Amino acid sequence: MAWNETAHREAFPIFKHQPVIYLDHAATSQRPDCVLEAERAFYEKQNANPLRGLYELAVEATEAYEEARRTVRQWIHAALPEEIIFTRNATESLNLAAYSYGRHFLKEGDEIVVSILEHHSNLLPWQMAAEETGAKLVFLECEPDGSIPPERMEEAFSERTKLVAVTHVSNVLGSTLPVEEIVRRAHARSAVVVLDAAQSVAHMPVDVTKLDVDFMAFSGHKMMGPMGIGVLYGKKKWLEMMPPFLRGGEMIDSVSRTGAVFAPIPHKFEAGTVHAAGAVGLAAAIRFLQSVGWETIQEREHRLTAYALEEMKKIPGIRVLGSEKAENHCGILSFTVDGVHPHDVASILDADHIAVRAGHHCAQPLLDYLKVSSAARASLAFYNTEEEIRHFLDCLKQIRRKMGYVE
Amino acid sequence: MSSRTFYHEILTDHNLHPAHKHDLKEASHVLEGVNPSCGDAIWLKLVLEEGRIRDGAFVGDGCAISQASADMMLDLVIGKTREEADRLADVFLRMIQGEASEEEMEQLQEASVLREVSHMPARVKCAVLGWHTLKEILNKAR
Repeated sequence: MAWNETAHREAFPIFKHQPVIYLDHAATSQRPDCVLEAERAFYEKQNANPLRGLYELAVEATEAYEEARRTVRQWIHAALPEEIIFTRNATESLNLAAYSYGRHFLKEGDEIVVSILEHHSNLLPWQMAAEETGAKLVFLECEPDGSIPPERMEEAFSERTKLVAVTHVSNVLGSTLPVEEIVRRAHARSAVVVLDAAQSVAHMPVDVTKLDVDFMAFSGHKMMGPMGIGVLYGKKKWLEMMPPFLRGGEMIDSVSRTGAVFAPIPHKFEAGTVHAAGAVGLAAAIRFLQSVGWETIQEREHRLTAYALEEMKKIPGIRVLGSEKAENHCGILSFTVDGVHPHDVASILDADHIAVRAGHHCAQPLLDYLKVSSAARASLAFYNTEEEIRHFLDCLKQIRRKMGYVE
Repeated sequence: MSSRTFYHEILTDHNLHPAHKHDLKEASHVLEGVNPSCGDAIWLKLVLEEGRIRDGAFVGDGCAISQASADMMLDLVIGKTREEADRLADVFLRMIQGEASEEEMEQLQEASVLREVSHMPARVKCAVLGWHTLKEILNKAR
């Protein structure tokens, strides 16, 4: 579907209620009506506890939930629906991988490679796994523009590399990691690859079969789906070997006084009542993204990013972190303003109803490496408009003056 | 909430040209205050003599609110007794919670411009950093 400003903007009801220029998509996106409707329709018309009830309504609820799983499978090109595990969010997905795979299959002397670009959610679980197993955490370093040249990979990988956890797109720099090259090197050493796709899935097609990653995590809320639903993709051969992460209801076949037989995947990893409405909402978000189409999404996001980046470069005192080129930003523009703390930048923009993030973006090791204590971040989506970006740029030009600097 | 008028001259002036942001070698009491979530950090340095703040200074890094607030605080408390400084810090902290009266806020002089922070929950920690550090120093000096 070609870009239609009226229709695409009106799909998001929040803009009828809030006069906000929303540039914090890397934190969470906004949700279109069809997602809110799908969640509501589940509770209104199909609500029962899925997976267990024997009556018609529960069967219908189960079917809605499992249909959502099939929608996710098809969307990320997984081989099988049971390779899709529903979680709360990418953080829980990554913890599941670290607790159930990392803690059980890593051992002393093994090496876990994580990139310096990781969000804390794809770093802390591996710090834990390293601590508990005696494995060693090794950093895959990047260049200041966020790129990872082959020599950095040479340094990070060794014969002891057993697991590689990397992000698909940096939530600070917006750079896309060379996942295929990383997977090739990892698999050559029989190491598994865990991909954090939280920041990529709403902005580019992601094909787990083509990428050949072993695990992949993402959140619904960063791709216009509901908060509280996320996904862990895992290759069947690994998921079947792994012990459960959480234990309780809905994840067993039978239980005795002394033990239990766990359900087959994926349900082995979905203990307790599931977030069926969230899964249904996530499937609606996928259909929404499909109806807009990658061509429109990527063309729009590139155009807006390029416009913002080129204009920001011209503003005295503004420094954009990462690449000089818009195509390496995936809609994410982190920046500093000389002499003005990022929290003040965010507050000043907020006064003009512009929402940006400021802080360390849950990526402190990366900011340490970049020698930046914190930064402001504007992150956009295809439904932002040129007019919004223009207003953002106009406000950005005023910041140093507002803070008492004379240019 | 609009902070349209929040970053006005008093605040930006204290941020860009702080009177008390410097080292204080003769300080009798020194304490660090940090906001780990924001990265704001100050070292508050006081010369406490016979129950009175004879001199004070701070060094540190952080947002304009944290730095200007510390500078305005020192403007206010240098020369005051320990008890009076502690009481003013309490007034400031209550102002940030939106609980101080007009008369009380007047006692804070320029620091009262930070009253707007009571409508900016994300910035409360920045505004109170210096004042909490002051209370802690005074408490320890007791």
